Amino acid sequence: MTGPAATGPGAPASRFSVSGFSVSGFSGRRVMAMLRRHYYLMRGSIPRLVEMAYWPTVQMIIWGFVTQFFMGHSSWVANATGILIGAVLLWDLLFRSQIGFSMSFLEEMWSRNLGHLFVSPLRPGEFVTALMVMSLVRAVIGLMPSWVLAYLFFEFSVFSYGPGLVAFFSCLFVMGWALGLAVIALVLRYGLGAESLAWVAIFAFAPISAVYYPVASLPEWLQIVAWCTPSAYVFEGMRGVFIDGVFRTDLLLGAIAVDLVYLAIGAGLFAWSFLSARRNGRLLQMGE
Amino acid sequence: MSTPAIEARDLTKTFGDITAIRDVSFGVEEGRITGLLGGNGAGKTTTISILLGLLLPSAGSVRILGCDMTRDRYRVLPLMNFSSPYVDLPHRLTVRENLKVYGELYSVERPLERIAELAERLDATALLDRRTGQLSAGQKTRVALAKALINRPRVLLLDEPTASLDPDTADWIRTYLEDYAREEKATILLASHNMAEVERLCHHVLMMRRGAIVDRGSPAELLARYGRSTLEEVFLDIARDRPPAAAS
Repeated sequence: MTGPAATGPGAPASRFSVSGFSVSGFSGRRVMAMLRRHYYLMRGSIPRLVEMAYWPTVQMIIWGFVTQFFMGHSSWVANATGILIGAVLLWDLLFRSQIGFSMSFLEEMWSRNLGHLFVSPLRPGEFVTALMVMSLVRAVIGLMPSWVLAYLFFEFSVFSYGPGLVAFFSCLFVMGWALGLAVIALVLRYGLGAESLAWVAIFAFAPISAVYYPVASLPEWLQIVAWCTPSAYVFEGMRGVFIDGVFRTDLLLGAIAVDLVYLAIGAGLFAWSFLSARRNGRLLQMGE
Repeated sequence: MSTPAIEARDLTKTFGDITAIRDVSFGVEEGRITGLLGGNGAGKTTTISILLGLLLPSAGSVRILGCDMTRDRYRVLPLMNFSSPYVDLPHRLTVRENLKVYGELYSVERPLERIAELAERLDATALLDRRTGQLSAGQKTRVALAKALINRPRVLLLDEPTASLDPDTADWIRTYLEDYAREEKATILLASHNMAEVERLCHHVLMMRRGAIVDRGSPAELLARYGRSTLEEVFLDIARDRPPAAAS
């Protein structure tokens, strides 16, 4: 017998998952199936892999030289070695997290595969989990070369600043996922005409994330807006680590709290647009 | 009488001012093949999409294998599958890779064995390591059917299952579907424009026009009712709004 592991309706949903973990119908095996699908896609496309690493690497090289130049001309940068490179690498991490999430979804739309996926037992939660893991994988593939080059050429390693900075990384990842959820919600609602949002949405947050300057340097009213973004807490926290050598728990907790709000909004938007797509028949029609 | 494998009650779907289907009710008994016949825009794809849960009805309900598709969709989806010309498999993946992914999604035990078995039955072994996007339309149809059968579905919904196939391959696929339904006691609902296909495969036919079921019965019953010798003539009578009495 090579049929499905499920034996019939009436059984608890989790019975349908025969390997991997399974909680209340959530199946690790189905998440792995989606990861396998993206692995096959990336394995078969060298240009995709190059594209992932290309821009972060170019960015890091430019900002590495800028840092070297300012080391001799700015006491602020000289006192906080690597602050510019660190900011660039962390910003890229946020960008890669969001774009990795959104692109993995767009791949399904481009291939007109959503209809097949959503009549399979794959649940939206499993689908989103797979997108999150893929965003992590894509970010590692994209950022690893730039991080290695930063270490080799500019003797800069984000890991040398301890686990505190890694905690801030995680907050950026979660923010990227939340924005990714919002982007795919808009694409589900408005179709592929909204796909360019995947590339540009994140840049609306760049000025108020205080990537290269302290939040305090913003106009007062904009500071209030900035503190409504998880990224502002993260970059402020990064400067605390780089300049003062202090890990600010308050900023980490702030980032986590705002992240949770973003994640809830992103999940709500996705759930709403998924329902809307089922009402309007867009799951079957979407594609190039 | 046993519970129908597919039961649609009073299905209505509106998109703004447009009514795609209205008051569609039917049942399909387990192990039977039913055809959904109708012209373009008759509501066949809308009906199938609602049965799959891809589209929510504006009114009415669907039960598949006794499960309410609005509330218990995920309990019955592992036992269903479908193929449609409106969706594709990822083009950059090979056929084997696509089938492996769907084998995992449907929690198929020993998916590689199942893929090999299906490929042999559907004459697709030579296609397994080719990229799906490089296949001809007919080859893609066969691969889509392999995907639709990967989990040995008890309920199979097929939208134009032999579209783009040459007559020889189409005939061969029909034979396979007949065998599959008989061996697995599977329930099949197929939407088609191909009257010969419906006449050959289906135990029961639902005739749709402008979003409603306007007639139903076995192919023999429909032929007798309209006094015609082929389902194509019956289809034309219905499409042109000629009632059975006038037609005969």
